[in-house]
Amino acid sequence: MTSLLKLEAISLRFGGIIALNKVSLAVAENSITAIIGPNGAGKTTLFNCITGFYRAQEGRILLQKEQKQTDLVALLGGSIKFSEGPLKGLRKFIYGLFGGTHLVARSGVARTFQNIRLFAEMTVVENLLIAQHRQLNRNLLAGFLNLPGYRKSEARALAKAYEWLDIIGLGALANSPAGALSYGNQRRLEIARAMCINPRLICLDEPAAGLNPRETDELSVLIKRLRDEFHVTVLVIEHDMSLVMSISDHIVVLNYGEVIAKGSPKEVQADPRVLAAYLGTDEE
Amino acid sequence: MSRRPVSRTMLLSLFAALITLILTGPLSGLVLNGYDFTTRFAAPLQIAAMVLILRFIAGLLPASWLAPKQKHEVEPRAPRFKTYQLVLGGLVLYLALASLVLFASKYWLAVGIMALIYVLLGLGLNVVVGFAGLLDLGFVGFYAVGAYGYALGHQYLGLGFWAAIPLAALLAGMFGMILGFPVLRMHGDYLAIVTLGFGEIIRLVLNNWMAFTGGPNGVDAPAPTFFGWEFKANVTQGGVPFHEVWGLEYSSGMLDAFIFLVLLAVVGLTLYAVSRLRGMPIGRAWEALREDEIACRSLGLNHVWTKLSAFAMGASIGGVAGVFFAASQGFVSPISFSFFESALVLAIVVLGGLGSVYGVILAALFLTLMPEVLREFADYRILIFGFAMVLIMIWRPRGIIQQRRPFFKRAGS
Ligand SMILES: Nc1ncnc2c1ncn2[C@@H]1O[C@H](COP(=O)(O)OP(=O)(O)OP(=O)(O)O)[C@@H](O)[C@H]1O
Ligand SMILES: [Mg+2]
Repeated sequence: MTSLLKLEAISLRFGGIIALNKVSLAVAENSITAIIGPNGAGKTTLFNCITGFYRAQEGRILLQKEQKQTDLVALLGGSIKFSEGPLKGLRKFIYGLFGGTHLVARSGVARTFQNIRLFAEMTVVENLLIAQHRQLNRNLLAGFLNLPGYRKSEARALAKAYEWLDIIGLGALANSPAGALSYGNQRRLEIARAMCINPRLICLDEPAAGLNPRETDELSVLIKRLRDEFHVTVLVIEHDMSLVMSISDHIVVLNYGEVIAKGSPKEVQADPRVLAAYLGTDEE
Repeated sequence: MSRRPVSRTMLLSLFAALITLILTGPLSGLVLNGYDFTTRFAAPLQIAAMVLILRFIAGLLPASWLAPKQKHEVEPRAPRFKTYQLVLGGLVLYLALASLVLFASKYWLAVGIMALIYVLLGLGLNVVVGFAGLLDLGFVGFYAVGAYGYALGHQYLGLGFWAAIPLAALLAGMFGMILGFPVLRMHGDYLAIVTLGFGEIIRLVLNNWMAFTGGPNGVDAPAPTFFGWEFKANVTQGGVPFHEVWGLEYSSGMLDAFIFLVLLAVVGLTLYAVSRLRGMPIGRAWEALREDEIACRSLGLNHVWTKLSAFAMGASIGGVAGVFFAASQGFVSPISFSFFESALVLAIVVLGGLGSVYGVILAALFLTLMPEVLREFADYRILIFGFAMVLIMIWRPRGIIQQRRPFFKRAGS
């Protein structure tokens, strides 16, 4: 199996705190990889690095795309060095101006947030339409005049939005404000919204937080469907161990910003360092 | 319907009267005579008594009368008309309004032009504040750019009215982008203060750059022409007089009538465009940016570009309004572009209902026509204005017309 995403010795410090310390891991294509670890271990920070919200201070994040490799860290620009020549400097300047987060998303990395970030005042279906922004006909004139090309592109987006609403079972609530949905529905809508950008990799930050057992079961079915039916690679942060153990192909355990174990669910469960990190047994 | 106890109402009314006395007492009770002053007790007591009575009456009304009448969310609604119906309806409405030109006096035409200019300004600011949620207190700056762009463009480059409209839109749009860059990372109050400063900078530059803008003396703006026809008694721009071509009696209202007709068409087109924007990808992106910038970035939207485009779009509409202002006045000076104008336009947008296109029209017409109708109360204009604003904000906190979200039907159903 080829790996879709490769992290090579990623480090990130916030002042004195070392949030991530030389984290290396590989995510196999079309797999579900879980990242677990105690509170404050640096899981969300790792996601923020992968999705371009933070810029890793050291290391590379490589996304394999067909034959091409993209370094997601380089997409975010960085400090301009004179030795690199004017062209690269200009490119970094433009990146610096616009920030590169949206470029990471465009290269095929979608995410959800630990504290849900929907467009609360907008309707459910509008949330899904915004995610398809890049795939739409954005010509102003075509829109003002309602030309056939524009109508077709809107109709296609709407069809796709409803397709996803049926998948997550929200078809009946399509035109109600997203902020009025129940917590579980909001979580699922956020996943559907992330899927609407046609990602290769989707990063889910604690998707089961605040869900009841039945909703959690539905969620595990949905996550498996993302892999099997829609062929995306899933990276998931989760505290619910039974969910993690039942869905993941691969687990990475983080503690104090370091990878302390990785492997299949069985291997990780048996690892004494993981038990120590979670239960706080004596350090040797 | 719960009624509050009378004794408590009495107490609150007394309290309100006392506050009024403290606030207005020194203003109305002390009469200055040179370095000396005399006191006058009747006036402040009268005011306080009035407040006491009004407050007491208000207290006796059922509480639900004073409660907001608007729900937090309104149901989205599918568009009720087809595009061709809208176009037909628009044409009929245009003809109906245009025929006003035949009856209206020059005075009312001038009032109508100002009302339409404010509708245009309101529509422009609505894009920035209502859609993109960027509180812009310096909107008058773009209005000034458009007005001066026309006047100075004619003076230095010989630009005509028709060339000035698109060029002013472009120029003001560029200024919008220039303003947008430094404030990209700002929100809410900070953004409001910076944009306020921007509006003032433009006014001060216009006021002090004597050599280029004529400073406080202002600049003449040429009267518009139409394919070489001039709407003046004597031609000044090398065309032919309109009234001679058509064998009409000259009247000074012709120019206003012409400007009114063109402006009405421009307002109609802008109205159509802005109301379509909401359902278009760019309009949705602006609203999404207002709701959550971080989520926008996670979906691959370029938040910088989206924000700048909102500023530019709003500004260029403001610029076009400026051209019409200059053309209708025949003269521009910095006095016309004070902060009060920005506040007025913002009031139009907020009163009308943030994001609501039709609300903005109602509010603009209300705020510009009301002072003309109430000429006798000219001294109390701002007072009535403020009073209306407070009342509307109590009863309809989301504006006169609350915007509805567009409704999206499932395809094939
Ligand atoms: N922007 C920031 N500035 C400073 N410190 C930060 C910042 N973001 C995270 N941290 C710190 O980095 C560490 C890791 O935080 P992170 O949010 O990644 O934890 P987590 O593993 O997601 O925890 P949880 O399970 O509670 O969500 C914490 O000590 C946190 O205080
Ligand atoms: Mg976290």
